[in-house]
Amino acid sequence: MDDTAGPAWQRRLMVGLLLAPALLWLFALIVLPHVDLALLSLRERTAPREYVTSLAQYRTFFGEPLYWHIFVRTAVMSLISTLLTLLIAFPIAWTIAKLARGRLGTLLFIVCLIPFWVSETVRTLGWMILLRESGVLPGILVHLGITAVPVELLYHDATILVGLVYTSLLFMVVPLVSSLESLDNSLIEAAYDLGGNGLSILRQIVIPHALPGITAGCIVVFMLTLGNYLTPTLLGGTSSQWFTEQIYTQFITRFNWEQGAAFGFLLLALSTSMVWVGLKLSGQRFSDVMRRT
Amino acid sequence: MIPSLPRPVWLRAGTALYLVAFLIFLFLPLVTVGVFAFNDAAYPAPPWHGFTLDWFIGNAAKARTGLFGDEELLGSIWTSFEVACAVTVLSVVIGTTNAFLMERGRFWGKQALSVMMLAPLVIPGVILGISILAFASRVADVLNDSFGLELEFLRPGLPLVVLGQFSYIAAIATLTISARLKRFDRTLEEAAYNLGASRPAVLWTITLPYLRPALIGSAAIAFLMSFENFNTTLMLVGADSPLTIMMYGRMREGATPVLNAVSLFLMVASAVLALSLMRRSEPR
Repeated sequence: MDDTAGPAWQRRLMVGLLLAPALLWLFALIVLPHVDLALLSLRERTAPREYVTSLAQYRTFFGEPLYWHIFVRTAVMSLISTLLTLLIAFPIAWTIAKLARGRLGTLLFIVCLIPFWVSETVRTLGWMILLRESGVLPGILVHLGITAVPVELLYHDATILVGLVYTSLLFMVVPLVSSLESLDNSLIEAAYDLGGNGLSILRQIVIPHALPGITAGCIVVFMLTLGNYLTPTLLGGTSSQWFTEQIYTQFITRFNWEQGAAFGFLLLALSTSMVWVGLKLSGQRFSDVMRRT
Repeated sequence: MIPSLPRPVWLRAGTALYLVAFLIFLFLPLVTVGVFAFNDAAYPAPPWHGFTLDWFIGNAAKARTGLFGDEELLGSIWTSFEVACAVTVLSVVIGTTNAFLMERGRFWGKQALSVMMLAPLVIPGVILGISILAFASRVADVLNDSFGLELEFLRPGLPLVVLGQFSYIAAIATLTISARLKRFDRTLEEAAYNLGASRPAVLWTITLPYLRPALIGSAAIAFLMSFENFNTTLMLVGADSPLTIMMYGRMREGATPVLNAVSLFLMVASAVLALSLMRRSEPR
């Protein structure tokens, strides 16, 4: 295992033996499938078992308003959900990192992590029981006299957002806590002594310091939200209109793999470009961000 | 602001209130799921009809099938378990060889390879699923057309599910194990060599024991991520459904509290796993 010991051929053999599984994994399961997917998205069926290379699948996407509406909608909803997650998670991360001392902080952190050990399916089931028309919250609203009859709280855009934020919180809290913990309290005290107030300290000291954590959290949350399937389809019902659902429909229901492959690539392009923009805006390197989360 | 600075009363109260609201938000869905597993009614919805264990053990008089009598559901738990075991073993083994490769090896293109190893983490799970599905089908078609070979494992089914989940869980295992190997003190190995130990002996008695916490940790994470995976699995699944897919199908149809029962079972199982891991890591 030691690269500096032993004769050269032995070292090379070792590297080769270790390299083989890594390359097999990356090429057989990641690179080649994506190349194949790209080729698939660039062909068009002209007759049974006859195909020509064309951009028809992408033309369909841009020509059919339904498709790109859903695409834009998914992107915008994911963006809103990411920002909401950041806003909700930040005070919690601050409390864990700065306010709760010693064991209390650790305990609070663990308590925040617990729900995410449970499957997303289970968490979504919980929200469905709470929010559906015959569910818990509409019943409570009637009981309190706020609404006369039970209202359907499922199948709204807001419901989808609640579910998405809920699912994403962990991936925001963890990087935020680790970046806030490394902020030296004496910096905040100095800023306060020099006449800074809460808002200016937040803007000029805290946020610049926590920016790597904020970026890492936002990138991961956006990506997971964009690619989510379970939460939008179950909480949004038929009106969810999530792009991953379109991919599923094309691939599995309609067996139109060419169209599905094109949709997949569009989603991948959006996801990758947002990751790239996030990294550029904060001036960070990809590998550092991934290690942070 | 931080404790050493003066904080007005409204800010303290606000912080406490926010924290309580957040914790309620966090646990409300889970508690709801758990409570309605014991409700004596055909649907998991209020009002409360009294306590029952029907949704676990079944009740022939009311024609209720409990979790322990629901063979379809139990079968899907077993399927998930099998898949998770396979993914865990594969991921930890490949994660370990990758860690040694990246921390100890010197070769051309190492930088590019280390970036590539992170790529699976930024590809949405659905796309990992469809790309592997399409590629496996193409390989199967080519083999079938040119050699008349029919390879069943390249068609949608559990082997593909395992490969699909492994494709990104391996990246996570690689990160976890590499991080620990990086902090390893190499003089310990050198000392062992000087004392006459062979390479396998050093690996077995020095390096791997040191990596143990990372190996156990990444195995637990791999198992959990596999067990809970939905997106990639959805695209690759064949006739046998793992638990998440089975639950999803039933949730769309409007399910009985059996789903609450199985959820409660999952919650308890993952809590036990989490606690035993924490206990393990505490003395360190």
